[in-house]
Amino acid sequence: MAGQLREYRGRIKSTKSIQKIFRAMELIATSRIAKARQAVAASSPYARALTRAVSAVATYTDAEHPLLTERENPQRAAVLVVTSDRGMAGAYSSNTLREAERLIVTLRERGVEPVLYVLGRKGVTYFRFRRRDIEASWTGNSESPTYEIADEVGETLVEAFQRGGAEGGVDEIHIVSTRFLSMVTQEPQALRLLPLEVVEGVEAPPSHEVLPLYSFEPDPETVLDALLPRYISARIFNLLLQASASEHAARQRAMKAAGDNADDIIKDFTRLANQARQAEITQEISEIVSGADAMTSAR
Amino acid sequence: MSLQVQVVSAEREVWTGEATMVLARTLEGEIGILTGHEPMLAVLAAGEVRVDGVGGAAGITAHVDGGFLSVEHDTVLVVAERARVGERA
Repeated sequence: MAGQLREYRGRIKSTKSIQKIFRAMELIATSRIAKARQAVAASSPYARALTRAVSAVATYTDAEHPLLTERENPQRAAVLVVTSDRGMAGAYSSNTLREAERLIVTLRERGVEPVLYVLGRKGVTYFRFRRRDIEASWTGNSESPTYEIADEVGETLVEAFQRGGAEGGVDEIHIVSTRFLSMVTQEPQALRLLPLEVVEGVEAPPSHEVLPLYSFEPDPETVLDALLPRYISARIFNLLLQASASEHAARQRAMKAAGDNADDIIKDFTRLANQARQAEITQEISEIVSGADAMTSAR
Repeated sequence: MSLQVQVVSAEREVWTGEATMVLARTLEGEIGILTGHEPMLAVLAAGEVRVDGVGGAAGITAHVDGGFLSVEHDTVLVVAERARVGERA
């Protein structure tokens, strides 16, 4: 009987200490969401400027660029999967991975061989466990991505794209990441980065605004050549920042739920412990009473 | 009349303000931009972009690692992956 009470008390104690960890992680995640959202906002002038410039070149010249042209017979497609480095973020990583699997299936159905590029430790372990080949991976900065990383990823992908599927490169580039819609909704999405479809996206200039007739220095081809790789890196950077904001939001929610569950468990165990204590006391009393009874009847 | 100048790097907006003239180095050579310049998109070479302040106000020098420059309606946009801004007397 006494053993049971001790066990309950031990469980209450350990649950309380885990709860403190949950609480701390929730607070950290909450403060980081704000920071991550600021980073998204701070990077948007750059993205906007690039989008505008690229659409200006694309609209006013008929410059043909390899990054813009659709390949006739795509064989291999890069799939960049953006996941988190750490767990404890609910279904964040598994949602993106599920979306990635869906994309891989559609690619295979089209007869295109998917080539994996993975960001984040969770994605790497997922694919490695399933013995899939990973072409390249980057880990250790899913929580606060820097432009350097985005640029490196962009360069790697563009290089593979320019090599082409026949030479061991790729013919298409797809990205699977998480879009930050609001504090409570984040949604996994798959989008095609290359070849570029006519500059689409949220930041495209409104149609009523007519782009001025630019002169290009030195010439449109060179400008486009310089712009496109940057545009791609900027797109990737933006997606990474959104993904990190989503990761923090998912973690905050998961930790909140875990903390609430810990509360419930503590309540249950406290009740059980009280019951056990009562039972112990009752038993002691009845032992004393029956002992006294035996004494009186023996006399 | 003055120019509206914005210096933007990949991670944030570095500087914004008014200027009388912007001096930059493109792939083809130095270019100076005053108000009323025709719309233009130019690829920048790594180096300095000089921005002269309005009415004797201190201008700035932005160090860029390439990038591009766009001009339209007296708005100058200097866009570079990495840009650093220093005060100039």
